[in-house]
Amino acid sequence: MSTSQQSPALGSTLRERLAASLGQGVTPYVVVVGYVVIASFWLISNPFSTIAFLVFLSSLLAIYYFPIPTWLRVALGLIVLGGVMPYVGNLNQGFLDVVTQAAIFVALALGLNVVVGFAGLLDLGYIAFFAIGAYLWAIFSTPQAANIFPGLAASFPLGSAWFFVFLILGVVAAGLFGVLLGLPVLRLRGDYLAIVTLGFGEVIRLLANNLNRPVNITGGAQGITNIGQPPLFFQPALDALNVQSSPGAEYRMYFYALALVIVLITIMSARRLNDSRVGRAWTAIREDETAAIAMGVPLVRMKLLAFAAGATFAGAMGVLYAAKLRFISPPTFDVVQSISILAMVILGGMGSIPGAVLGATLITLLNLRILPDFANQLVLWRRAGLPIPANFDPVQYQRLFFGLVLILVTIFRPEGLLPERRRRAELKAEGSKDTGEALVQDEQNMVHPDVGIK
Amino acid sequence: MAVKAQAQPLASRQASVGTLRQVLAPIGQIFVFVVGSSLILGAIVLVLALLLSRTQANLLSGVLTVLPLVIIDGLVLGFLYATIALGYTLVYGVLEFINFAHGEIYMVGAFVGGGLGLWLASQGLLAAMHPLLFVVFALLVAMTASGLLAVGIERFAYRPLRNAPRLVPLISAIGVSLVLQDLVRLLAGPSRFNLRYPQLGLSRRFQLLEIPTAAGANLRVAIDSQSLIFIVTSLLMLIALNYLINVTKLGKAIRAVAQDRATASLMGINVNLIIAMTFFIGGALGGGAGVLFGVKYSTVNPYIGFIAGLKAFTAAVLGGIGNITGAMVGGIVLGLLEAFVSTYLTLFTGGRFSGPDYASVASFLILIGILIFRPSGLLGEATTQKV
Repeated sequence: MSTSQQSPALGSTLRERLAASLGQGVTPYVVVVGYVVIASFWLISNPFSTIAFLVFLSSLLAIYYFPIPTWLRVALGLIVLGGVMPYVGNLNQGFLDVVTQAAIFVALALGLNVVVGFAGLLDLGYIAFFAIGAYLWAIFSTPQAANIFPGLAASFPLGSAWFFVFLILGVVAAGLFGVLLGLPVLRLRGDYLAIVTLGFGEVIRLLANNLNRPVNITGGAQGITNIGQPPLFFQPALDALNVQSSPGAEYRMYFYALALVIVLITIMSARRLNDSRVGRAWTAIREDETAAIAMGVPLVRMKLLAFAAGATFAGAMGVLYAAKLRFISPPTFDVVQSISILAMVILGGMGSIPGAVLGATLITLLNLRILPDFANQLVLWRRAGLPIPANFDPVQYQRLFFGLVLILVTIFRPEGLLPERRRRAELKAEGSKDTGEALVQDEQNMVHPDVGIK
Repeated sequence: MAVKAQAQPLASRQASVGTLRQVLAPIGQIFVFVVGSSLILGAIVLVLALLLSRTQANLLSGVLTVLPLVIIDGLVLGFLYATIALGYTLVYGVLEFINFAHGEIYMVGAFVGGGLGLWLASQGLLAAMHPLLFVVFALLVAMTASGLLAVGIERFAYRPLRNAPRLVPLISAIGVSLVLQDLVRLLAGPSRFNLRYPQLGLSRRFQLLEIPTAAGANLRVAIDSQSLIFIVTSLLMLIALNYLINVTKLGKAIRAVAQDRATASLMGINVNLIIAMTFFIGGALGGGAGVLFGVKYSTVNPYIGFIAGLKAFTAAVLGGIGNITGAMVGGIVLGLLEAFVSTYLTLFTGGRFSGPDYASVASFLILIGILIFRPSGLLGEATTQKV
């Protein structure tokens, strides 16, 4: 704490100086509001430009980064996500889909962040919980369920009103599977856990692929089509207001809103979890298991809680995902997906909530927008005569990019793009020459609770 | 590798007998496990067949006809897993680190061997070569390439992270594995995504035994030459590895580093070099397994490494990770189990369950079961030699 007050000029980097000058007086207000306004108008006037879209999305980063009061953050966030984005979505559906998709992955990354980042348990089969949620809704909202319960065949498929019930059921089922998987393996060392979860992910995918015989439950390799959509409960209101819109556009906006609401809930619950007693236990386990046991942290129970809590996020998003796409099949849930979510968490910074949001958004954008655009660019360059191999299509090489992200981030920026406060402090203390000073500071910053017998 | 040469007494006859025993003892252990698990699995299958034969006619004779074939298939699969598992177990023994990219090293070995075959065929040299000569040549080239690849990976992706928390190098290893998959795919191009090994004309079958049956026609049990090459070569590789680890000075240094890195370096062992050598040996074994796989199954693709690596890791854990004989034994038990499940599940359920798909499920369940009930593996704590 003391260093930042005593010497902003002394030996500070350009970045620190810039941050200091932008963080004083009315400057941040002007910069952020100006940025949001300019980016919004640019995107509205160019609704098909990917660059304008990226600049517009990064305004959220500006809102997060600059030191402005919370009410302004909330207001600007509402304007960006609740006002401008839906408006742009009417002009260009593609961008709204991208943001919805990004929101789904943000929720998944947040869930995995609870497991990997907060508690330090490496889960390589995370997508399995997503699959459980997705298949749950897919099976019960289609005639598929009649195969399982032939006696109740008449009552399936379930009506759209059940969607919200299944959102909750997805959470419960995923959490239950998390506990079932966690119970046997959480006593083991971390790297064994990684391999077992990887195996679990494969088992769930294999089961989804093969449970069409002898009883057709999952539809096998063909997957399940015509999955039910959520109820349009606001339709009467729209009719009363005389709003004309196609069902397609309506659903698109609806899913956008639903995904945002779920993301908000996940962000809030992740934050509350991290700051809670449980969250502190997770941090203790992550930092030093033996010390945590010595301090009386119930190890297995806490790990199980982290595992299950992370799984629930994926379960809810799985239900939403199935309803949005209306079609699911086993390849959607293969191991590369699990690892891409891991890459999101690692890229953003393990344990950091804003990091998970940023990482998920970046990688989704990379997949859906940047790589396809890059591929088109490559085609143009190749026509112009540049030596680019004819079979190189970047969209087909996601694994290459995810792999490079994982390697480069772990070697060169292990704390991620938006590091968690504790980890940043830790790495700084390690990096500074005078470690002793950092330690002393740590000691000073520590709040000493009243200990001892009174 | 700089263990100072000490003035050693001349190796006495006794010492060499001891060495021989040390090198060959694992073979005996493997033999016991091969026979034992075949007998146990065979007995289970027979009992099930007897129980089910009341409802399904001809089941028993069907089960008995395919039994020898299933065992041979299981052995080939088992030696495949075992050879790959050796790489996991060596690296784990030395660094306590799961080299997640090892499955991809095996895949690269398979591609190098296949690429070599294609090149030789295009030069017209393959036809002039004895098939066995090609196999040996491909093995040497692929083993060198995979070994060097493993050393390179260690140097650039793992060594900078050696003092990081445990999970960090694992994440980097996952990255390496994904990058290798797509790099090979990119280099091979779409036309050679499924790389076909050249036809070697190894069509000879060796008859093992002839069982007279009541039906009249005698049941012939034969093994094809590819399977024979597979089993013999991987056994030779195991013996060589055992010799290397237990007898040579390099092996001694590897064992020392595995036991205590700091002390080993105080004794004048170049720890970085030894770790690199360990990666080379493990990678070479993986690459060799890749070539053998290509020779036996004739088609390879860039994604074969992932599942094979996962199974091989299961095998290593099954046998007791860090234990070389354990890795072999674990691989063989797992391979036999998979072969039995994939054939007999289909047979017993009348095709309602597809065996090959559930074989993977079975092996993961085995992994979870082993980790719960016997985390030290089949060969247990008592005999665990850390590399």
